Parts: sequence; structure tokens; C-alpha cells
Amino acid sequence: MSRCPRRPPPPSSAAAPGPSARWPPRPGARGGLSGPVPHARLPAGSAGLSRAEPPARDGRSGEEEEEEEEGCYQLYPGHIPTSPLQKALLAAGSALMALCDPYRHDMVAVLGETTGCLALPNLRDKMKHHPEGYRILQERPRIRLSTLDMSKLRGLPDGSLGREYVRFLEDNKVSPDTRMPPKFVDDEELAYVIQRYREVHDLMHTLLGMPTNMLGEVVVKWFEAVQTGLPMCVLGAAFGPVRLSARKLQVLATELVPWAIRSGRNASCILNVYYEQRWEQPVESLREEIGIFPPPAVRV
Amino acid sequence: MAAAGLCPCRALLSGRGGALRALCGAVRGLAAGPETHFGFQTVTEAERREKIYQVFESVAKKYDVMNDSMTLGIHRVWKDILVHKMNPSPGTLLLDVAGGTGDIAFRFINYVRSARERQLQRKLKNHQNLSWQEISESYQEDKFKLLGDSQVVVCDINKEMLKVGKQKAQHLGYSEGLSWVLGNAEELPFDDDKFDVYTIAFGIRNVTRIDLALEEAYRVLKPGGRFLCLEFSRVSNPLLSRLYDLYSFQVIPVLGEVIAGDWKSYQYLVESIRRFPPQEELKAMIEDAGFLKVDYQNLNSGIVAIHSGFKL
Repeated sequence: MSRCPRRPPPPSSAAAPGPSARWPPRPGARGGLSGPVPHARLPAGSAGLSRAEPPARDGRSGEEEEEEEEGCYQLYPGHIPTSPLQKALLAAGSALMALCDPYRHDMVAVLGETTGCLALPNLRDKMKHHPEGYRILQERPRIRLSTLDMSKLRGLPDGSLGREYVRFLEDNKVSPDTRMPPKFVDDEELAYVIQRYREVHDLMHTLLGMPTNMLGEVVVKWFEAVQTGLPMCVLGAAFGPVRLSARKLQVLATELVPWAIRSGRNASCILNVYYEQRWEQPVESLREEIGIFPPPAVRV
Repeated sequence: MAAAGLCPCRALLSGRGGALRALCGAVRGLAAGPETHFGFQTVTEAERREKIYQVFESVAKKYDVMNDSMTLGIHRVWKDILVHKMNPSPGTLLLDVAGGTGDIAFRFINYVRSARERQLQRKLKNHQNLSWQEISESYQEDKFKLLGDSQVVVCDINKEMLKVGKQKAQHLGYSEGLSWVLGNAEELPFDDDKFDVYTIAFGIRNVTRIDLALEEAYRVLKPGGRFLCLEFSRVSNPLLSRLYDLYSFQVIPVLGEVIAGDWKSYQYLVESIRRFPPQEELKAMIEDAGFLKVDYQNLNSGIVAIHSGFKL
């Protein structure tokens, strides 16, 4: 077969990744700060993936090159290399689709990936320059049902991060395994950053005390927009409210959004917290440490 | 021998490379079978069948929506032209292979119905001096033959596609003269010399052994029967070809991701079109299977071509 074997297509891109979708830790990561390691990156403007000439015309060598190029550009499991034009079309299409059908979470995810080219490096740098964030980048922890010890977390005292997180998952009937893996980010480290952001989203709900209804999601999006600067969060925060009732909009505008913005500004980077090592910490203490103000006493 | 594994797909498909293929397989020690292509990848035949099954299983529900978005509705015109070219008369028995969601079958039924109505109207016009009794009797006997004994059998290898087709038929009100069969184009579950017309629209590209499918088509057709194949083909005009490539590779997978949430299947689609033999080569393959008076008609400068042949 070809020298750089292309992975077989996954059965459905919307399916939750199985435990086999490993995220390899950074090589030479264990044992302290060993300095930045160069990582896989696509050269800028890789429009060479246009594949305008079918391999059959070019003969054998063309076909070989085609497969090698394609296979070697797959930087992580599930990565789909895209040209700038494709990214632009994806961004526009996913934005429209997400507006038309808010249940298309995969479109929101795609929008985040295709528009995050400035915000993601920013986030990654913030993580790099913080000791805890740096450790997270090296060790690459994943939050999923297979790695979490649910019974242990349930056994923690009330008010602790672990207990409240599990309570949040059960009350809202959500699971950390439904986060979409990144597909269109052309940098393997940034792909991890966005994956981490997605997995930490539920913890944000817990820390901010917001449920997963439309209002709660919009509040969390405002907070995340201020924190991360991701265009997808900004768009979600701006357009999310269009589907809310007038009463909810009022509560949103007068109490929740100002609080979310203040907290977002005051808080340190939420991706710099190694949540997996803080399950026992009380939620209020963690809020204080990060800099999130106590949520307003409104029913969401 | 390393080169043998990379021989151009057409040699593999044309059936002439059968011996060479077997040799490759033996020398490379592959137990899974000879190599073929899946889009731009190289896979074994067994893998290819499995992957293609999965592709259509995943796209089945959005198949029609995607067809409309990708071709901006033009695929409907292509299918209309195919049925017009077929020009079926009432009483025709059609086998639509890889007919999945039933587009050709429904068009066939509509065509035959209107042909039948015209036939009945002509008959009535010729019967001038009938009594009311005789006229009402003639209405009654023809009432149950709206299709005039025409029948269409839709055969597809994929259960999901057939399911969608059956639901569509129910929704649109097609029931008479229509049957759905699960079957493989390379090995049809029908007797010899059964059908008047065999069609395969946008399906032959996904068949792993095209030569076998053509032989099966020859087998199940009656003498005098017609083979019709509607498929994406090669665009010869260089400017149009570049625009078409740009659109295919840049826009179509994006449409697949946005509308169906499935990039990979539509990536496969555009790659498989590039891998498919061009018009003249397909014509030669059809002739090899025994068909006569084989010809093709390009639609939209070769984006799509209709190949036709007769079993004589």
C-alpha cells in the first residue's frame, strides 16, 4: 500500500470518539520544563491540496505523490486538511447553518475551528507562559467518562468541584463524551487547545452555576468570549439571544451579561487550571482563586 | 513488482488486467484480494465494498438534499433526459440498479402513466359510435391498468438507501408497478432474459467490478433489451474542466460537512468521479460485455454522460 497510509474515514463525523482516539503527550514531556519542542505544522498557504489534476492523468508518480502528500498532512487523528478557500466557505456555511438550526452543535464546533486562527495561538501562548497551563500542554489530559472516576467524584463532599460537576452532568443529562473532536485546525497543538476548551466548557457551567438551557448557554458564551476571544464565542454571544423571550432578555441584559463580562475580565485564563487535580477543592474557593464573582441570585 | 501495486486503475477495472491482478496479489502475499481504489486511496476489493457501503449508509437520509445542493437541482434534468431517451411504452419492464432512493423509478412511472393516458385517449377518440354501456365498460377494464402492465424493479445493495426510497414512494404516493429488491449489481438475483430496459444512474461508479456488472446487465436483459447508464464522466474542455475541478474539490466537501455533517463521504464522491473511466473507455467496456450499437451522449460538456447499448 502507499508509504504514508491515509486513515480510513470514521463511520460518522458526528459520532463521539471512542477511547482509541488517543492524544499523545508531547514527546519528552515528563519531568519538568524541558523547553519548547517543535511541533507539526502546515506551511502557510497550503493550497497545494487543491488536487486539480487527477492522479490517473499524471500516471503512477502523481498518484503516489498525491497519497503521500495527503497522508502526511494528517497531523492528528480526525484531521482533515483544508485550503484557505475551503476554510472560508466552511466558516460562512457553518455560521449560517448554526443560526438556522441551533441543534447543529457540530456546526458551532466547525465555526470555532475555522475562525480561531488568531485566538487559538493567543490561548496557547497564555497557557505556555503559566506553569499550570504549561503542564497541561505537556501532559494533555482529557476529560471523558473513561478517564473520570464517577463514583469517586460522587462520593466527594457537597460543594466540591467534583461533586458539583457530577451533579451538573446528571441534572442536565449531558456527558463529557459528546464534544466533537477537532477536524479543521491545521496545527496539532492548537487542535489540543481547542479540544481542551470544549471539554472545560462543562466545568465553566459548573463554576458559573449556569444550566444548559438557552439562557445559561448564552451567559457562558459571554464569559468565554471575554476570556478566549474566539470569534465563535463572540458570535454565539451576540446571536444566541435572538431566540430568547423578552423577559429572559431583560434578565440577561441587566444582570447576567454584566456579571459575566466582569467575571471574564477579572478571571485569569480558565484553560490554565488543571481541573483534574482539583476535584476536592470547594467550588467557591476555586472561583475566588480564578477570579469569578459569585453568580447573581436569579433563576435561570 | 512494487510498480504492479500502483498500476493505473483502469487496467484493473477493464478486466483485461485480470491475470496481472492475480499475479500482483499472489506476489505481494495479500490474502484479502486484489487491489483497487477508493477515491484516491489504494485498498483491497473487500475493503472498497465495505467502505462504499458505509458511505451510502451514512449519506442515505440526506442523499436527495445533497444532490440538489451540489448540482443546484440540475441532476433532476439529467434524470429526466435519461427517461426521455428511454422513451418507455406501457408494458415495459424496467430494472433500475443502484436505484436507491427511486428517482429513476418514479420518473419512469410518471412517463408511462402519461403515455398510457394518451393511449387511452386515442383509443376513445377512435371509438365514435359507442353506446354509454360500451364506453363505461371500456373505462372499467382500463381502470385497473393505469400503468398498462409496466413495472419497475429497484435494486440496490444498500439497505439504508432502499429504506429511504420506500419511504419516499409512500410519501409521494407511488405503489403500483414498483418493487424493491436488495441485490448486488455484480451478482443480480434475477433470471436470464427478464427485463426490457436496464438502467444504472450514478451507481456504476461505485461498483467494484464494473465488468461483472456489465455482464450481469447483459444476462438479465431480454434480447432486444436496452442498457442505459447515466454517470459522471470526463470533461474535455480545459477551462470548464478547471472550473469543475475547483468546484468539486473546494465546494462539494464543504457542502457535505455543512448540510450532512459528513465531509469524508463527499470527498470520496468527487475523487471517485476522477477515478472513473472516461466516455470512450466505458463504451469499450460495454462493448466487451456483448452489447451492440453502443453509443454515448454528453450532457453539460461531459460532466455527465449517458451510455446506451442493446442486447441483440
